[in-house]
Amino acid sequence: MIKNGIGADVRRKEDRRFITGAGKYVDDINRPNQLYGYIVRSPLAHARISSIGISAAEQIPGVVAVLTGADMAADGVGGVPCGWGVNNKDGSPMAEPPHPPLATDVVRYVGDQVAIVLAESRSIAKDAGELLEVDYEELPVVAGLEAASADDAPLVYDEVPGNICFDWEIGDKAATDKAFEEAASVASLDLVNNRLVANAMEPRSAIGEYDGGKDEHTLYTTSQNPHVIRLLMGAFVMGLPEHKLRVVAPDVGGGFGSKIFHYAEEAIVTWAAKRVNRPVKWTADRSESFISDAHGRDHISRAEMAMDENGIFLGLRVSTRANLGAYLSTFAPSVPTYLYATLLAGNYKTPAIYTEVKGMFTNTVPVDAYRGAGRPEASYLLERLVDRAAKVAGLDPVEIRRRNFIKPEDFPYATPVALEYDTGDYDATLDKALELSDYNNFESRKAESAKRGKLRGLGIATYIEACGIAPSNVAGALGARAGLYEAGTVRVNPTGSVTVLTGSHSHGQGHETTFAQLVTEMLGVDFDAVEIVHGDTAKVPFGMGTYGSRSAAVGGVALVNALEKIRTKAKKIAAHLLEASDEDIDFQDGQLVVAGTDKAVPFGDVAMAAYVPHNYPLDTLEPGLEETAFYDPKNFTFPAGCYVCEVEIDTDTGKVDVVAFTAADDFGRIINPMIVEGQVHGGLVQGIGQALYENCVYDDSGQLISGSLMDYCLPKADNVPDFSVTTNVTPCTHNVLGVKGCGEAGAIGAPPAVINAVVDALSAYNVEDVPMPATPQRVWQAMQATK
Amino acid sequence: MNPKVSMKLNGEAVSAEVDSRMLLVELIRETFSKTGTHVGCDTSQCGACVVHVNGRSVKSCTMLAVQADGADVQTIEGVASNGELHPMQAAFREYHGLQCGFCTPGMIMSALDLVKHNPNPDDKEIREWLEGNLCRCTGYQNIVLAVKAGAEAMQSVTGQGEARDD
Repeated sequence: MIKNGIGADVRRKEDRRFITGAGKYVDDINRPNQLYGYIVRSPLAHARISSIGISAAEQIPGVVAVLTGADMAADGVGGVPCGWGVNNKDGSPMAEPPHPPLATDVVRYVGDQVAIVLAESRSIAKDAGELLEVDYEELPVVAGLEAASADDAPLVYDEVPGNICFDWEIGDKAATDKAFEEAASVASLDLVNNRLVANAMEPRSAIGEYDGGKDEHTLYTTSQNPHVIRLLMGAFVMGLPEHKLRVVAPDVGGGFGSKIFHYAEEAIVTWAAKRVNRPVKWTADRSESFISDAHGRDHISRAEMAMDENGIFLGLRVSTRANLGAYLSTFAPSVPTYLYATLLAGNYKTPAIYTEVKGMFTNTVPVDAYRGAGRPEASYLLERLVDRAAKVAGLDPVEIRRRNFIKPEDFPYATPVALEYDTGDYDATLDKALELSDYNNFESRKAESAKRGKLRGLGIATYIEACGIAPSNVAGALGARAGLYEAGTVRVNPTGSVTVLTGSHSHGQGHETTFAQLVTEMLGVDFDAVEIVHGDTAKVPFGMGTYGSRSAAVGGVALVNALEKIRTKAKKIAAHLLEASDEDIDFQDGQLVVAGTDKAVPFGDVAMAAYVPHNYPLDTLEPGLEETAFYDPKNFTFPAGCYVCEVEIDTDTGKVDVVAFTAADDFGRIINPMIVEGQVHGGLVQGIGQALYENCVYDDSGQLISGSLMDYCLPKADNVPDFSVTTNVTPCTHNVLGVKGCGEAGAIGAPPAVINAVVDALSAYNVEDVPMPATPQRVWQAMQATK
Repeated sequence: MNPKVSMKLNGEAVSAEVDSRMLLVELIRETFSKTGTHVGCDTSQCGACVVHVNGRSVKSCTMLAVQADGADVQTIEGVASNGELHPMQAAFREYHGLQCGFCTPGMIMSALDLVKHNPNPDDKEIREWLEGNLCRCTGYQNIVLAVKAGAEAMQSVTGQGEARDD
């Protein structure tokens, strides 16, 4: 292994600034003459704005302007666009109502933007915001899926009947129905996938700045993909060309999907900054984050599995309603469709699958991708159903999975729901998980728990995810309104240090380290002589950003392709310097050597020759040593794994403790095992959070009941166990790195493993299901109900 | 008239006129431009804003700036000395106890106070102490390892004058 190259547990480059307090997050940035923006939001879930009185607010000393939707419309600012369109069963396009950044006539959820107050300080802006006089005429509210689907349900949009944004399907309905007709047995479950709030620790923030001399805009924003924001906001909202709009996403304090989307606030500060010709900064309070960051999940589903007499799956039928909230967020339509239903084959050879999904508008915060985005919903549904199927078939949960697994010899495997898995070995991954979890001795641990009055249960779940989105042409055919490649530039500086410009964005993932390892591996350059630059459209030529576990599988491969071009050119330069043929040149320990000889030139000398080309093949080669590559993947990658969870339940209180958790994942080739393990830990805790603690709750009037960290339970250090983590590697077959992606796995596989364990622990009570989050109250009630 | 607050901030005497409702964290971040102390919530749950006031860990979003008049305040910026990482900082790096870094300053400040109270904390004690510090990235396991290793390294520093080196 090359020192600090691929496979090394290199300590992170970025850590020094974070552990010394020198990180630079958006709210740490202040621009000269900056104003503070306070966004006045709707306190009602659905109402018509009769009037907005701004005079009292304007009179507060220090207030510079109060701007409303009418001002924005008058300036010709467009609506917030949706980046993915899906079609209904009949081929017609989904409903796509307008989404003004500041509401003009109707507000549609608690938190909808109504006005922005610009003032000399944060507190003045807030004070003035309190004095804004908005008269609302209340409209009837649909605060959730059940309310939205009722026969006489009020409408979020008059022009969208039944609140149905789309009524979508995938799979062969006739073949699936036939499988059910021929089935020996059927397992079925009704499931709710609870609504979640990502809660990255850094609240969103945005600073707009306008340079009138150059007619240029700059937006500092908490984003996972600054180039995507430039594209969406520039082209669709503000009407600004790329060269007049710079978007900077500096250090970003976690994203988990919630910072992918183009948010109204970004457009509001960009527009307001030009309007008042001063920089405008807005930073969300946490309570404001709860009512303005896109939420995640929120499905209600009916799932049925048809089996033969041996427990072999014949058909899977799923009907899902997905809450989209009040407006279409950037990727909202893709999440409960192509990122969900296409994963319902899971790790199994189910021959017929049919899924229909109704995407529904409600008077709630928009719902979009949150860590896993559709895949956790698929994994939860399928793995809960498989456990149910095991009960129905009278099989052990391990045995029913083994009987139905796709086997190594089946790859590449085309599922009945549009994907082609390239590689995997699900039995081997399961074996690893069982071994590491000491599965065979569970009964003795259960007996020991029983002595202490605790019910112990064990849950198994496998998962698969489609990551590294996507081949652009495939994504485009499925409704994506952008390409999904990645770009990387490698700039070898004259003295041999290397600057990498990547379109991927790191907000905790450690790209500054992992990507530097790729450079060290391929060029032999010292790890400390590599700098990874990301997050600024003025520095990085292009990019599509970080989400869907795509950074290594797409951004990393783009970088490797650029490095390959550098290697090719460096070899030509070295061949000239060493008077050899470039075919005979090899990279070796930071030098370029003529194979089989002692002739060598340090990489730094090659770099210097490229920029000071006195002795250089100028007739055939340009000076300089800088290369760019765009990489568009041939397929998704398919990380998969098996998780084993053990819980103890207190019979007096219903409190569930996760007492052991084992994760065996196949992420393909691993660049930095330390970082990958950290990603798994974090994902698992978010998954356990969904299963046991977190729940986003609205009351019938559309007020968010769980709107602060006092009401929404994020897992704390003493809520979660230590994890046993291992990997089983089958390299991805269609990218040169062999990587698959690891960022979302834990959040995808953990919820069904935890709930399967809870249901197992309650087996004496004949409990078939416990909804997420399995709070003490719900578990206790489940126990009472079947006593 | 606005009240004046004078304090020692990372060993340096500073003072400012403040709005009487100003929070300590706002004074630190906005008036004195020490932005290593973060604001992650508005209900004193997250702990990203933990600093030391007169040697004790405090959520600086839960204290008025005027209450810190005359106090000795230490923030994350004051933990390393002469460019040398404190053993607790080094341990967070060594054990990958951070990802996005946003909660990290508060975690480190909280961990340092733990070690004052309990020089040899076990895993359970660390997890319970960190109840008031939320992290959304790491799943806590590596933070616990880091705090334990940091505490041990601090012992060896006082005992043998040798810091852990990564």
